[in-house]
Amino acid sequence: MTAIPLSWWVTVATALFVIGLYATLTRKNAIAVLIGLELMLNSANINFVAFNRYTTPNQVGGQIFAVFVIAIAAAEAAVALAIIIATYRRRTTVDVEDIDSMKF
Amino acid sequence: MAEQIIFFIFTLIVLGGGLGIVFTKNLYYSALFLSLTLSGMAGYFVLLNAGFLAAVQVVVYVGAIAILILFAIMLSRRMMTSTEPQSNRQTWLAAIVSPLLFIALLVLVLQINWPVSTAAPASDYLLLLGMNFLGSYVIPFEVVSVLLLVALVGAIVLARDTSTDTGREG
Repeated sequence: MTAIPLSWWVTVATALFVIGLYATLTRKNAIAVLIGLELMLNSANINFVAFNRYTTPNQVGGQIFAVFVIAIAAAEAAVALAIIIATYRRRTTVDVEDIDSMKF
Repeated sequence: MAEQIIFFIFTLIVLGGGLGIVFTKNLYYSALFLSLTLSGMAGYFVLLNAGFLAAVQVVVYVGAIAILILFAIMLSRRMMTSTEPQSNRQTWLAAIVSPLLFIALLVLVLQINWPVSTAAPASDYLLLLGMNFLGSYVIPFEVVSVLLLVALVGAIVLARDTSTDTGREG
């Protein structure tokens, strides 16, 4: 048993999630929105690994899920940044409030 | 006790980096703060007996995703020097909703008495990871590898400059 209670990990993960949510909701730049998304994915990873360590220490299911989350985050970031670069090339802006041609 | 001090140091790095991301005006500094936060996360994984994940975090997140984001910022040069306000009209609403959500989630989560096990962590967790990846999780593992290939091809197709004569910025 470690000296750190499980609730501390949960608190840190919640704080990081809320920070990521705030960044996603308030930033105008598409890349900053993406950074907020990465923060939220990371807070989920803290929870996966912490609950793995504290509830089933002799198995690795949570760590495996964290690896999947990291792999999918990498794929998502690559595609999103490609879209952002293509958008910048075509419209010379990445402001999410200006890219609204699909909005009625 | 030592573990708690290390935990507080990493918490300072992670949450300080997170607040830096949110409150800095320059997007370039935002991306640098992101790599700080991601490095702190690697420290968390070491504290949680997940050394493999810490290495993956450093290689994939800090080494690839953060650098990719920095590249994207540098490719669109106007963003790097932009000093105009980075936040939109929802700022005040989000500033109210986010702390409320934080408190609500904490109240909800801390009420539950999680079934904490006192067993010692698996010392051969790398072996367990490998066995699980090629055992009970082999289908998701292969699906993720196909997904990564698709994302790679898709990113190249999307970011490729189709018009070679116009629209190319230095």
